[in-house]
Amino acid sequence: MEYSKYMNSSIQSVSPSGIRKFFDIANEMQDVISLSIGEPDFQTPWHIRDEGIRSLEKGKTWYSPNRGFADLLKEITAYYQRRFGITYSPTTQTLVTVGGSEAIDLCFRTLIERGDEVIIPQPSFVCYEPLTVMAGGVPVIINTKNEDNFRLKADDLRAAITDRTKLLVLPFPNNPTGAIMEKHDLEEIAKVCIEKDILVLSDEIYSELTYGDRDHVSIASVDGMYERTVVINGFSKSYAMTGWRLGYALGPAEIIAQMTKLHQYGIMSAPTTAQYAAIEALKNGDRDVNRMRDEYDMRRRLVVDSFNDMGLSCFEPLGAFYVFPCIKSTGLSSDEFCTRLIMEKHVAVVPGTAFGACGDGFVRVSYSYSLKHLKIALQRIREFLEELKNGN
Amino acid sequence: MDKLLQLLSKNSQFTTGEIAAMLGEPEDYIKAQIKEYENQGIIKGYQAVVNWERIDGSYVEALIELKVTPKKETGFDEMAQMCMAFEEVESVYLMAGVYDFALIVRGETMQDIAMFIAKKLSTIDGVISTGTHFIMRRYKDRGMNVFDDDAQADERSLIL
Repeated sequence: MEYSKYMNSSIQSVSPSGIRKFFDIANEMQDVISLSIGEPDFQTPWHIRDEGIRSLEKGKTWYSPNRGFADLLKEITAYYQRRFGITYSPTTQTLVTVGGSEAIDLCFRTLIERGDEVIIPQPSFVCYEPLTVMAGGVPVIINTKNEDNFRLKADDLRAAITDRTKLLVLPFPNNPTGAIMEKHDLEEIAKVCIEKDILVLSDEIYSELTYGDRDHVSIASVDGMYERTVVINGFSKSYAMTGWRLGYALGPAEIIAQMTKLHQYGIMSAPTTAQYAAIEALKNGDRDVNRMRDEYDMRRRLVVDSFNDMGLSCFEPLGAFYVFPCIKSTGLSSDEFCTRLIMEKHVAVVPGTAFGACGDGFVRVSYSYSLKHLKIALQRIREFLEELKNGN
Repeated sequence: MDKLLQLLSKNSQFTTGEIAAMLGEPEDYIKAQIKEYENQGIIKGYQAVVNWERIDGSYVEALIELKVTPKKETGFDEMAQMCMAFEEVESVYLMAGVYDFALIVRGETMQDIAMFIAKKLSTIDGVISTGTHFIMRRYKDRGMNVFDDDAQADERSLIL
């Protein structure tokens, strides 16, 4: 059968993720040191796991309410108040989802009408573009630049806006660059959004992972933005809870109500066990977050320092757990660099192009690995560069 | 807690350059600080965590509970020092609870340890009783899993 004629053309037009290629090569090899994984290497802290187990022991195995358990909704809003100074109603402005990813999808599908333009700064996480297309929207890409520390600039935003622009995706702290947006950066962006009447999806999944005394600032806390921002966050990165699949959306009650409707029909409710664990995470998990952040911070400094020392210039990433060194000095493209690195030295990193065409000349290196692992990998990359230089 | 000490106590094999990078301090400062800790006796030494069970040859460890009569002038310290003097003794701890000292004693055979207790330890003036617990297998030692190498395997998969 000719299946392609039966299947939706939008989904068929979406290309597979570019991160995957190198992972497949790595899987075939022995002795591969990977720096390509985008999830915490820590296990979920024990007291959080224990609460999940306890809920199962008590037989709490039913669906949760569509929006999520009331206690969890309350803890989420208390957390946003406490950490970022933003007030949301737990009953009308909060929705618990299956990971942050579901919340992103719901938000797109709720806001986008066919032909609406969605502005996506790149390099960024691979899901925004395909999910925009699937929702009937038209992705409009803004290339953030190394010289701007990969922050989104208001002028670039202004230049990208047309009459069809509906939504701006704001993915900071950023995967893959590790860039953050500080308050003054956000204020400039806010001015444009308000003036041009566009909404913002603020993906804050890495909000707990910012370094150097800079706390994450949400654009929803900037004057005039609360009413036009949907905040996406979750438990995966901050509490090392990726496998539990739990995220949430916060925003204007009208938008959250429509997203909830979609969630209700498509998913029904987020995993029950994960929600019990997440309540414990928000209540008693601050120490774990700080401990993991401190550990990431040490690794981050070591990796940035090593790359600069090897001669691959690397701007200082202030968020997430990635560094994004520039490899242009090697004369190789991102793809060539990654292919040769894995073939010759068995080290897997991800080409910057996986996160947008403007990522060429860069590679994403995850430091979500033990220091011991990082040291071995960095040594191999150093050897690789030396051999390149000597023309081997 | 001091981050430098925390780092060294987990792994003392980092170079001072690496430590300096990780802690965001100048390397000279890190070198001086380590020297200072060594001089003050805060850093007592650097040892490998050895998984003796993997090594051919005999190796037995026991935890010994010791009840003693403290000395009038010197309290428990004199007793502790007498225990410390034996090279068979790895560690000496003063305990709260039903006994006074916990000793980790090391030998090549159980017989070695038994004889050591019978002949040397029990005969110290002031020792009231001993209780011996042989260590059968070590699972975690000084914060490290020494049981199962596969526990370190990375089970994460690439999702996107």
